[in-house]
Amino acid sequence: MTTPDVTEPRVHRPTMSTWWWTKKRSYFVFVMRELSSFFIAWFVAFLLVLVAAVGRGDAAYQDFLDWAAAPWMVAINLIAFAFLVLHVVTWFSLTPKAMDVRIRGEKAPAAVIIASQYVGLAVVSAFVLWLVTR
Amino acid sequence: MASNEDSIRLEVTRYRPDGDSEPQLQEYDVPLRREWTVLDGLNHVKDEVDTTLSFRWSCRMGICGSCGMNVDGEPKLTCATFLSDYAPGPIRVEPLSNFPIIRDLVVDIDDFMQKLPKVSPWIIRDDDVTEIDGEYLQTPEELDAYKQFSMCINCMLCYAACPVYGLDPEFMGPAAIALAERYDLDSRDHGARERLDVLIEHEGVWGCTFVGECTTVCPKHVDPAGAIQRYKLKAAKENVKAFVLPRFLQ
Repeated sequence: MTTPDVTEPRVHRPTMSTWWWTKKRSYFVFVMRELSSFFIAWFVAFLLVLVAAVGRGDAAYQDFLDWAAAPWMVAINLIAFAFLVLHVVTWFSLTPKAMDVRIRGEKAPAAVIIASQYVGLAVVSAFVLWLVTR
Repeated sequence: MASNEDSIRLEVTRYRPDGDSEPQLQEYDVPLRREWTVLDGLNHVKDEVDTTLSFRWSCRMGICGSCGMNVDGEPKLTCATFLSDYAPGPIRVEPLSNFPIIRDLVVDIDDFMQKLPKVSPWIIRDDDVTEIDGEYLQTPEELDAYKQFSMCINCMLCYAACPVYGLDPEFMGPAAIALAERYDLDSRDHGARERLDVLIEHEGVWGCTFVGECTTVCPKHVDPAGAIQRYKLKAAKENVKAFVLPRFLQ
């Protein structure tokens, strides 16, 4: 009796397409959420330029305002703002997954955690508004 | 047999390693019965139409985790996915994504089987107490802390849904990390430090970019995405502690 040849089974290894993230809505939203980080960085840079301009006096501040009012600049900021909103909404809604908050031994409902973040955002925004307009 | 009111078409992936260079689709019409699942449809094909079709199944009641497949692109337990929900069809039945295909709808899960023991998914004690000395007692609250993560049936749907695993097969993956968290949260266990050493690596929790699909597709509501994010918090705290505290206080 001869021993049959034992060979590794020939498996098929599928490869992922470069466009995998366009094939499902949830994947697309995920990639947009990741992309939104660039626009967050953009707003941080924008704010730093604003602060620097304010520090350099009235003329520099006026130059900054003229630069910021250019149509291409407004267009960039509108797109950036849309991504900013996406960033906030998606990350706020994911927070309950990472945080296991317990109130008197009971798991806090996800809605409570999400709502408290919006309250926090509103409070901080109101404070900043008061600070710059007083 | 043409598709009509009483039948539904299955478009099934066929891959015969001895002949095919690429997987192909084969169509089968199966009776559309209200109580029939996709698995019942496949078993009908196997019994009545084409005995060469290969797929895994066992319990038919959502416990064993063997019959996971992609149904219309979504990872599903085929024993819990009803044909009538996809009427009038056709229904695309494919092997789970991100795994090598052995034959037809059967995938190779060796990679997961090798990763799983790396996270030590069992109770680790740092004392000499064994079950012979008596039970490890636990309160209902202590049970509640990890119970959700203990429901995993290793069905691999979460790996099929995870693009990170698809792009980087070194990634430990959702089910293994959820199981590590399950034992970390168990009041009887002392192995958190041991598991952290494995999962703090890039291929551990930090590979995860929080797509969240693992949780969406989980048939047992385990929430692997939640487990991984909680683990990241823990790992980050350890990093900060290692940076800030002198060694003897860590």
